[in-house]
Amino acid sequence: MAGPFPAWFAVILVASAATGNLVARDWRWNLGLVAAQYLGAAVLAAAHWPVGMAAALLVTGWMSIAALGMTLSSLPVLHPQIERSWPQGLAFRLFMAGTIFVLAGGLAPRADAFVPGIEASVVAGTVLLVGIGFLELGTSDQILRIILGLLTVLTGFEVFYAAVEGSILVVGMLSTAILGLGLTGAHLLNLSQPEESE
Amino acid sequence: MSAPALWIGIPLTMGAVSFLLLSDRTVARAGGITCLMLALIALIIPIDEALLVGPLSIKIASTASLLGRSLVIPAGESALLVMLFGLCSMWFFGSEAAGVARQLVPAGLVITGLLIAALAVQPFLYAALMVDIAALAAIPLLAPSGRPPSRAVVKFLIYQTLGMPCILLAGWLLAGVETSPGDLALTIQATVMLSLGFAFLLAIFPLSDWIPGLMGASHPYVAGFVLWILPNVILVFGLSFLDNYAWLRTSTQITTGLRVLGLIMLVSSGLAAAVERNLGRLMGHVVIAETGLTFLAASLAIATGTNMVFPFFIPRGLGLILWALALAVAREGYPELTFQSLGDIGRTRPWAGAGLVLASLSAAGFPLLAGFPARIDVWAGLAGVSSASAIWYMLGLAGLMIGALRMLAQLLGPRTDEPAVPEETSMQRAMLGAAMVALIGLGLFPRATEFLVTRFPYMFEHLAR
Repeated sequence: MAGPFPAWFAVILVASAATGNLVARDWRWNLGLVAAQYLGAAVLAAAHWPVGMAAALLVTGWMSIAALGMTLSSLPVLHPQIERSWPQGLAFRLFMAGTIFVLAGGLAPRADAFVPGIEASVVAGTVLLVGIGFLELGTSDQILRIILGLLTVLTGFEVFYAAVEGSILVVGMLSTAILGLGLTGAHLLNLSQPEESE
Repeated sequence: MSAPALWIGIPLTMGAVSFLLLSDRTVARAGGITCLMLALIALIIPIDEALLVGPLSIKIASTASLLGRSLVIPAGESALLVMLFGLCSMWFFGSEAAGVARQLVPAGLVITGLLIAALAVQPFLYAALMVDIAALAAIPLLAPSGRPPSRAVVKFLIYQTLGMPCILLAGWLLAGVETSPGDLALTIQATVMLSLGFAFLLAIFPLSDWIPGLMGASHPYVAGFVLWILPNVILVFGLSFLDNYAWLRTSTQITTGLRVLGLIMLVSSGLAAAVERNLGRLMGHVVIAETGLTFLAASLAIATGTNMVFPFFIPRGLGLILWALALAVAREGYPELTFQSLGDIGRTRPWAGAGLVLASLSAAGFPLLAGFPARIDVWAGLAGVSSASAIWYMLGLAGLMIGALRMLAQLLGPRTDEPAVPEETSMQRAMLGAAMVALIGLGLFPRATEFLVTRFPYMFEHLAR
């Protein structure tokens, strides 16, 4: 069980990693930040799950990141793609992340209204991850960012669901879904690269 | 042996084994025969009852344990197993004629096994996770190597992934509603979350635009399989919610909501079908319309306690097999699949052309075809509830019919004096012919599948009983 100090530290880690991920445009940074996000999420999940189950979340998350990283490192060097969709500015992304922070700050003190006995840090972490994950999904049409957005949303959901469900089967299936999402992302990333001309 | 080991373990194992098979024919036959055998076992051998065969006593136990939870396939689900595996065997046998056996069969078996597991897992809420994993397994099918993934595939991935947390959260909220039924706020939250989850999973309007896109961008046979099996299993999963929660079942708002949603989906896809020019996308509109029809049937079934939903299952499966196979055969000579490009298919690929027309007419509810009896029952039921709904229903079906007739007019093509040699292989003719005979046969003898359809409600305790 994580105490209040590590839990709030995990929230700060999750918040910085998710915001950094929203802003960063280099895939190496993106993957590193999502890996950090998983570390924070595992600490938050450990508030309700045994450490072994929380570790499963961490390990499968990192395995997904590894699958995506291996795929991206084997692809030709990518030039930063310009988003065709509006909005695309750094200031806008930071502003939207700020609104999620405000939302998380507003909801966390009322954590007991959602689930009796749930920690404010868990609610804050969930809102931050789900909110920023949706932002990521809504502001990009690149495969990598969509997959990272989905992984972020699912991570936020897992942090919350850990407070209400402790079944090993659910943890196993959620881990399979996260790993499957990573592998699917790797497959789609492979396909989305134009073949090199001979 | 346990039922989950048989109907979940064998498809998953065969799926893994068939990845190793090299020939299209071998893979198609392995998959088809496996599913046919599983369908026959479900039909003949009762679950949880000892069957004496000479000196041997065979008993299939309904329950197996997995990571502290149970997988249960009760005797009441045997009719569903017969239908799913029977139609899967047709899909897999047909995959050779469609030229996608090595692509479809291994992943198709795995998806089937996972979806049966979704129906078997207890508590039933966890099915959302299995459905998500099955959807992920379908991505390599829908986005095969050699082409960039279409936007529709990415949307499919996003929606199926987002549906899962919504359903799981709804399940948790529903448990709260059961303990404090007077809590209106909790009830609204649970209903909204559940609706959102199923809107994502079943591509309910307006989240349905990826379906025509998927049919236009992916191989039609492969996409057809995914768009047949996933919505069918998710519908059964959705009905489980209605069966398990009495307040959902007895809520008039839910019944009305299902009816309105069904009509919106039917009418919007009917109108889109009437003006569609691509045959793949047209099939996508029909898939959406079929989901809308099932919603309408479900609203009537809940209100009247009758078995109106399940008569749609088999005609829908047969119609989609025929349509997808005909599109796959047509695609060999006409990669674009537009009305304009398919102008002379009636002469060059007459079996595929006939299959397309028959499947689209059946979907529109043309008399004496498989789709007609279920549609006329729903129309009659709707007329009893609301005349306006019955008129909108007719408008939706009229849109589908216009789409089918436009297709017929285009496929016949201009009259020419040049003799045309049909280009289909004998295997393609045989498979298309069999599917057409099934579609017409089921229209002429709608009670032929009654022995199954009347047993479908046994999987529920309260619905349609």
